Amino acid sequence: MDILASLGDGFAVALTWQNLGLALIGCFLGTIIGALPGLGPANGVAILIPLAFTLGLPATPALILLTSVYFGAMYGGRISSILLNIPGDEPAMMTTLDGYPMTQKGQAGEALALSGVASFVGAFFATWGLVFLAPQLVKVALLFGPAEYFALFTLAFATLGGIAARSQAKAVIAAALGLAIAMVGVDHQTGVPRLTFGEIHLYEGIHFLIAIVGLFAISEVFLFLEHPNGSAPGDARAKLNRLTAPLPMLKKTTGSMARGTVIGFLSGVLPGAGASLGSFVAYTLEKRLKDKEGTFGKGDPRGVAAPEAGNNAAAGGALVPMLALGVPGSGTTAVLLAMLMALNITPGPLLFTQQPEVVWGLIAALFIGNVMLLLLNVPMVGLFVRVLQVPAKYLMPAVAMVSFVGIYGLSGSTFDLLVMIIFGVGGYLLRKLDVPLVPVILGILLGNEMEKNLRRALTISDGDLSILWGSPIAITIWVLAILGFVAPLLVGRILRAKKSAIVAP
Amino acid sequence: MKKLIAAGAATLFATFAPMGASFAFEAGNTECIAPANAGGGWDFTCRQVGKALYDLKIVPSPVQVTNLAGGGGGVAFAEVVAKRNGDDSLIVAASSATTTRLAQGAFPGASRDQVRWLGTIGADYGVIAVAKDSPVETLADLFEAVKENPSAVSFAGGSAVGGWDHLKVLVAAKAAGIEDARSIKYVAFEGGGEAVTQLLGGHVQAFSGDISETKGFVDSGDLKVLAVLAEERLPGEFGKFPTAKEQGIDAVGANWRGFYAPGGMSDEAYDFWVDAIKTTYESEEWKAVMEANGLMPLAEFGDDFNAFVSGEIANTEALSREIGILQ
Repeated sequence: MDILASLGDGFAVALTWQNLGLALIGCFLGTIIGALPGLGPANGVAILIPLAFTLGLPATPALILLTSVYFGAMYGGRISSILLNIPGDEPAMMTTLDGYPMTQKGQAGEALALSGVASFVGAFFATWGLVFLAPQLVKVALLFGPAEYFALFTLAFATLGGIAARSQAKAVIAAALGLAIAMVGVDHQTGVPRLTFGEIHLYEGIHFLIAIVGLFAISEVFLFLEHPNGSAPGDARAKLNRLTAPLPMLKKTTGSMARGTVIGFLSGVLPGAGASLGSFVAYTLEKRLKDKEGTFGKGDPRGVAAPEAGNNAAAGGALVPMLALGVPGSGTTAVLLAMLMALNITPGPLLFTQQPEVVWGLIAALFIGNVMLLLLNVPMVGLFVRVLQVPAKYLMPAVAMVSFVGIYGLSGSTFDLLVMIIFGVGGYLLRKLDVPLVPVILGILLGNEMEKNLRRALTISDGDLSILWGSPIAITIWVLAILGFVAPLLVGRILRAKKSAIVAP
Repeated sequence: MKKLIAAGAATLFATFAPMGASFAFEAGNTECIAPANAGGGWDFTCRQVGKALYDLKIVPSPVQVTNLAGGGGGVAFAEVVAKRNGDDSLIVAASSATTTRLAQGAFPGASRDQVRWLGTIGADYGVIAVAKDSPVETLADLFEAVKENPSAVSFAGGSAVGGWDHLKVLVAAKAAGIEDARSIKYVAFEGGGEAVTQLLGGHVQAFSGDISETKGFVDSGDLKVLAVLAEERLPGEFGKFPTAKEQGIDAVGANWRGFYAPGGMSDEAYDFWVDAIKTTYESEEWKAVMEANGLMPLAEFGDDFNAFVSGEIANTEALSREIGILQ
């Protein structure tokens, strides 16, 4: 049991008062940063890097501080998703789908507590996965070439219909809009600017955080302006009763958490996929498997548990390629990677053998941070739900302010603020037309990657399409994608046939 | 306590600074613009040099780093030209990516003479590598294989098509006697790490990147470095890699890091900053930073650097035309 001994050494490194204090500060700041729309884990870590340098922290404490912020932000992202229908960061987007309806039903406390537990489960088991499976999983990640990634993204889009509660056509239109927005910017393969109209600010494309904050937060503010005297988000406060998740609810969602954790972890391990894909697939799979009564999208606790377990597991999974290959699986791990380099630690195949104290100290810190986050989050549910008791006329200006500050902080560009407002107007119109917003963001997030990988694959094969189904992994993913697309149509037909058969006699 | 002493020393020094300085320009509150988000190479350049400038007491107060991301550095370039042109206390981080984009017209309406080029603080040299189980042993072998069947060898790199990692392959291929630059297959990935992963997974056959990106994989034996694109063998542990030159392929590719300043900067301030960068570069403190971060020597300052930048831009322009990035 070498691994457990190493882990023990790791705990010996991590368990000092200074490190525990740093972890606590990191978790707390991370949760707040994650909860604020526009500030995600990547910003949180980036903001705190100078702090870590200024304090002159050595490698292990610096990493402990920053990974606590990372995990804290992954936890925190759900808070505004559930309470305000505004995702705090991009992986928390899926949590709005059932989290906010739960709030509307007066179950904000349950939703927060449940998602806190789900986050813990996802992150906790993902960390074990990191401990035991990292070397093997790295080999799996190597098997994924451009063709396999293309198939993987196709799988995501094939199951897209699953997230729309009502109209599948509207979900497809929304995804197409997202894909179009993803095309803005300099084309990576040829250097040709697309849809930029000669505007240099658009050359790097539109950052998905700007789109998320605009579509969700700013449009929420517009909705409020339309009915300034309505009781927009606060209408549930009267019915707010529990602050913990009831045991039956936890029992019912155990399976959802387990599935979400596995899917999230695997998509975190693949450097090209990331946490958003993890929470997305976790949600759509859960809906496909369990949504027999059509309760998903209307406040089903399983629709909260699965994506939350998924996105937190992905955060742990993303550390596998970062540590073992030096390849960041997400924006946040990219920032962490830069930090490691600056500390003169070279992530890569030899990190585990050459600097075990760093790796195992970090892993021990993840466990500590996780427990701390659970302890921090469950009692804080009561505090968070108070947000709902803030009258909308105070809350909404605050949301607008935080959005503007967050986006300006991202790039220091007023142009981005204008883009955000445009997205806000767009989001308002889409909401009026009852078009779901989540597929738009997915189009933006995944569209670019999907296109890049298709073109990489075709460059490698000299334009021969057969490379796309040239490996067993690719074929497996294609089969899943086709099943995911066709199955609901068939199942729907069979169910309808059965219903009419029952009604007939 | 150390910090207190340092602060005290800095204050003392600031008081007596005019006596020691031989420049008409006096550094005040200095700002360094990193044209990208925190965590990237430009951000690193600003923060590390800013720290060294302060530690060496070249500037009286800590350098303020501003992140101004967008357009691959184009937003910062446009901002400096349009709004900060006369600022004597502003330096901007730059690298090969800056000159590559200037050469390819990726900053609309921008040209290199709109700013003043200060100097370099080091470079990351290009490498061409293959996986450990590849039958290819030398750079010449690799380009022989390309000559025989160009479609059998895909090069992976971390920059876009027409970007630095791509251009390095082309420079080497030209030197190896491959006439048609367009026949070289280059696949662009997000960063060197991802490109190496694809190489190890067997999805591509060769890798073009910077030496700092390959270190971990060379140490573990997963990667075989065929050639370093430097004038001569690098110092330290990197010295074991042959240069392309000694293999008869005369190709050099250095991803330099350095600074430019606003075009309207006064001559006094310009001279001060050129000297400041040079002093930093030559200091012991900076040597330690370079070693810790895999930065290699490359020293060009003031007029020399200006000529160097012109040369880089002309070369990139010619290559870009050939592969059709520029019409």
